[in-house]
Amino acid sequence: MATSDTADHGEPTRRDFLYIATGAVTAVGTALVAWPIVDQMNPDAAALALATIEVDIASVTPGMSLTVKWRGKPVFIRNRTPEEIEAAKAVPLSELKDPVARNENVPATANATDANRAAKDKENWLVMVGICTHLGCVPLGQQGDYGGWFCPCHGSQYDTAGRIRKGPAPENLAIPKYAFISDTVLRIG
Amino acid sequence: MDGHSTYQPKSAAARWLESRLPVLGLVHSSFIVYPTPRNLNYWWNFGAILTFMLAAQIVTGIVLAMHYTPEATLALNSTEAIMRDVNYGWLLRYLHSNGASLFFFAVYIHIFRGLYYGSYKEPREVLWILGVIILLLMIATAFMGYVLPWGQMSFWAATVITNLFSAIPLVGRAITTWLWGGFAVDNPTLNRFYSLHYLLPFMIAGVVVLHIWALHVPGNGNPTGVPVKSKQDTVPFHPYYTVKDFFGLVVFLVLFAWVVFWIPNFMGHADNYIPANPLKTPAHIVPEWYFLPFYAILRSIPDKLLGVIALFAAIAVLVFVPWLDTSRVRSATYRPLYRQFFWIFVVVAILLGYLGSQPPEGVYVVLSRICTAYYFIHFLIILPVIGLIERPKPLPASITESVLAKVGTPAAAAAKG
Repeated sequence: MATSDTADHGEPTRRDFLYIATGAVTAVGTALVAWPIVDQMNPDAAALALATIEVDIASVTPGMSLTVKWRGKPVFIRNRTPEEIEAAKAVPLSELKDPVARNENVPATANATDANRAAKDKENWLVMVGICTHLGCVPLGQQGDYGGWFCPCHGSQYDTAGRIRKGPAPENLAIPKYAFISDTVLRIG
Repeated sequence: MDGHSTYQPKSAAARWLESRLPVLGLVHSSFIVYPTPRNLNYWWNFGAILTFMLAAQIVTGIVLAMHYTPEATLALNSTEAIMRDVNYGWLLRYLHSNGASLFFFAVYIHIFRGLYYGSYKEPREVLWILGVIILLLMIATAFMGYVLPWGQMSFWAATVITNLFSAIPLVGRAITTWLWGGFAVDNPTLNRFYSLHYLLPFMIAGVVVLHIWALHVPGNGNPTGVPVKSKQDTVPFHPYYTVKDFFGLVVFLVLFAWVVFWIPNFMGHADNYIPANPLKTPAHIVPEWYFLPFYAILRSIPDKLLGVIALFAAIAVLVFVPWLDTSRVRSATYRPLYRQFFWIFVVVAILLGYLGSQPPEGVYVVLSRICTAYYFIHFLIILPVIGLIERPKPLPASITESVLAKVGTPAAAAAKG
């Protein structure tokens, strides 16, 4: 903002002050006007209002899965068989591509043991957002090398605890916040 | 280039307008007397073809917008209503959807023309970069247009492509939520894509004006790469190139019409007639053919973030081509070594397109990785190195000399003709 005035004697002049003040107000004003135009694209009140659903899982027997829609996304609710649970428990943590649980119901740093992935005290239940952590396709259940989920888009494979084992996906399938309201009703969100 | 207008308005009305807004003089100097190298071949037709295709897409798009409903539960039905109920709706939609394919076909030829003849070299770097910006805008426009019918392929294309941004560390998730207007691709996403799909073609048109402006400052390149040296190296744009461009356009339109009337669904996907279902991904999702090479590059890298970076880098690297190519000779005609590598690159690019259409397993993965590596090696290593080690063939002294060397002296040509 050096002007010819200041070049002579080095002291900022009143004009320099006016330039800087005008520039600063213009920048702040532009940002203030731009923000609503940017923020309108974020989820609106109606989208946020759909944040919680309740699901009746009475009819889901071991070996069965239910897919429900939550916040526009599929959520897999699987009643795992004893074999699937054993297979998931038998995997050493060192073999996992993503060692973090990715479970919103346990601390963010918890490791991806089967206990930290399955429902608390109900280890047969596995509740996950059914969206591949690679580029968002819906993986197919009980397929692939690990008997878990297989994504048809780019070949990511998850095990019976929904942990990424092979392929381009970087993370385990995400587990949303949920709670059992009763033995047969699950609340997601 | 003596591009200054020598336009003399003839009528009183033209004089009146010209003294207030010299637009007639601008058209006269840009498209009538504009001095154009006399040796341009048919590869130079694609600028005019692309301009026509942009206009055609805008016209068909505007009328389709009169019948289309950008709402998740109605979009596919309104698209089908266009196909079945709207007068000539089938024709307009097939022109528009296949027009996008033909538009990309033409733009890829245009780009390869530029790469072969060194069209990006000094003093045309800005012209070239504006072209890359147009390509990026075209990719965004075509992608959002593909989403609008809201069939299965539309929905999952939108999901996969917007999820590319989730690879960005820290803010990726916030950016995708912002792009979607929700927690997944849904009605708000469709709405905004429609708005932007309508906007971007006009932005393309704006950049095309800059592109033509940047072309007319140094003037056209030409197949010899030797700059225009005298008046006899050029001919006026009209009638010489208006006629040549028009002829090339008609040939191109024959191809366009053949696609529209005989194989209108050849480049489409049957799955896109199934309504969008957010709970089920189709077994094989592939993008439109014109994105396949980039899709192959994305898939060839087994890391999410690096794959996305490679995808964007594959386009961004074009911006730097004027500085990566170290040769001072423009045209590959006089560059024996570069010419061979150019054709290898063309084959690799087409091979990447094929690999992008195949499932990501077995030998396809290996080949994709080799081709992806070669794609970048071509630009980052081969292009700079050949310029330094290659011994170019002698250049003709002028455009006129090279033309006369082919057809003989003017007298001999006249005798033959």
